[in-house]
Amino acid sequence: MTDQLDASAGAAAPPAAPVARSPRFRRRRHESGYASGLSAIPWLIAPIVLIAGVVVYPAIALVQASLSDYSITGLRRGSAGFDNYIDIFQHDDLGLVLWNTLVWVVVVVALTILFGLGLAQFMSKEFRGRTVMRWAIIIPWAASLVITARLFTLILDYEHGILNQMLVTLHIIGEPIDFLGNDSWVMPSMILVGVFVSLPFTAYVLLAGLNAIPQDLIEAARMDGASPWRIYRHITLPLLRPAMLVASVLNLIYVFNSFPLIYTLNDRNPGFTHDTSITYSYKLAFKAAERSVGMSAAMGVINVLLILVVVMIYLRIIRWREVTQA
Amino acid sequence: MTLQRRLRPYYLSLIGLVITVVFVSPYAVMLLDALRPSGDVLASPPSFLPREWQWNTFGTVLSDSRFLNWLKTSVIVAVSSTVIVLLAAIPAAYFTARFRFPGRTAFLLVVLITQMFSPTSLVVGLYREFFDLTMVNTYASIIITNAAFNLAFAIWILQGFFSSIPKDVEEAAHLDGCGRVRTLWHVMLPLTLPGLVTTVIFTFIAAWNEYVVALTLMQDDARKPLTVGINSYVTGYQQHWDELFAASLIAVVPVVILFAMIEKHLVGGLTAGSVK
Repeated sequence: MTDQLDASAGAAAPPAAPVARSPRFRRRRHESGYASGLSAIPWLIAPIVLIAGVVVYPAIALVQASLSDYSITGLRRGSAGFDNYIDIFQHDDLGLVLWNTLVWVVVVVALTILFGLGLAQFMSKEFRGRTVMRWAIIIPWAASLVITARLFTLILDYEHGILNQMLVTLHIIGEPIDFLGNDSWVMPSMILVGVFVSLPFTAYVLLAGLNAIPQDLIEAARMDGASPWRIYRHITLPLLRPAMLVASVLNLIYVFNSFPLIYTLNDRNPGFTHDTSITYSYKLAFKAAERSVGMSAAMGVINVLLILVVVMIYLRIIRWREVTQA
Repeated sequence: MTLQRRLRPYYLSLIGLVITVVFVSPYAVMLLDALRPSGDVLASPPSFLPREWQWNTFGTVLSDSRFLNWLKTSVIVAVSSTVIVLLAAIPAAYFTARFRFPGRTAFLLVVLITQMFSPTSLVVGLYREFFDLTMVNTYASIIITNAAFNLAFAIWILQGFFSSIPKDVEEAAHLDGCGRVRTLWHVMLPLTLPGLVTTVIFTFIAAWNEYVVALTLMQDDARKPLTVGINSYVTGYQQHWDELFAASLIAVVPVVILFAMIEKHLVGGLTAGSVK
């Protein structure tokens, strides 16, 4: 039992202690027993059943649908081979949609991580009003995305929007801007809202990472005369890697799969001009002239493969074994 | 130097105030829109403050039996999903953290991949499946779906936590006569509290705000969760923006309270397990 006390006291121990303890600690945590596949079943059965029933089964149905021919009312008429995929690849708007997806994911994730890093850094400081600020930051995360999106359609509105009203009154702009209708403003506006709703979660993940960095390390570097920037560059950032990993992978997935935001903010605009591959897939079945369940399913399959490839490449770049190999 | 040092906390508080305003202001607009007649929301030119205050919107919403039904569904769904995620993820995370066995990597890989599926792309298949099982319009259908889509994150986070606990702790419990399940319950779980809290808040928020699956599976108005139900305040036929926004703000309150209660643990929990 003394070891348990030892380990949990590690964080509060005097500066020299954790350094001395770390090799022993490290060796110990990598010990793991061997077990047979059979003995693992009772421990893993619940997730296996849930994933098989709710993810794998509908995923197979999705693949089947993508290979089927449907009537305009959604009735299956038989097999279509790869026709749906061919239709997708020959679709005029596919290139535009993929470009939108790339811009949306890269810009939102990059800005979110960048601002999230600054925000987390600031949240870790001590000052009056910090608790209130931390609660305020939660709100966009706690609020329903659909409602936040509807709220922003009002705020950004050309005629009734309070933002245009404010900007014009303050003489920042001369004429109101059609944030959600003007082609050159739609994507930037959606990105702004996307970053806004992604920040709370990201800032909290990065804050957790910052809190896990031993303060004595930073103190020691300061004693050795390192500048704040060098401390940040050579101590904080490398030790923040695990938190950055969690934040960036989850953000990549969430932002790519983001549906309510784009669907709601872009609702007024016809065609696929500002759609990402997720809303494109949905509109193919339910909204666009195509009305094709098969094409929509094919795009759904392509979407899953896309995000899978992107995340795998990303994890390979940053060596994902850190995640799965305990 | 001393002057600078004395001024510093005020600078920080000032920046903190600016950040608070940035995050709150859209929702302040929401509050002000909830406190005016719906016609004033879309009036042109827009006014920041209501031209006519309407104080009873929150009372109207809270005494609306439809709203209370939606609220009930949201609470049932979010709480049940969270409990199921914990019950399913804890044993799996513990076992994969402690043992190597054939199929371990495959299991973790499949879990990681499920995180990448969006419910939006699977919703048609889900509807057909639950329709065949005659489970459309049941709480169980969306509870199970929410649980399954949040498992990956839970297993991922908890596995990191379990593997960061030294093995001696467990061996000591074994020597004291604890079985594996009792060791997990009495010794390991208290040590992974931050990880559990993280799992709870993530799953709860995700289930509380889930939209697409509930929209498709719950067509009985009384059984819709808040996210879906409140949209009927503003449709093509009737526009009660005031009630929509009042209801939305009420829906945020439970989450912020839950968060304020467990925030201290959360901040330690998000990555502690995965830090090397």
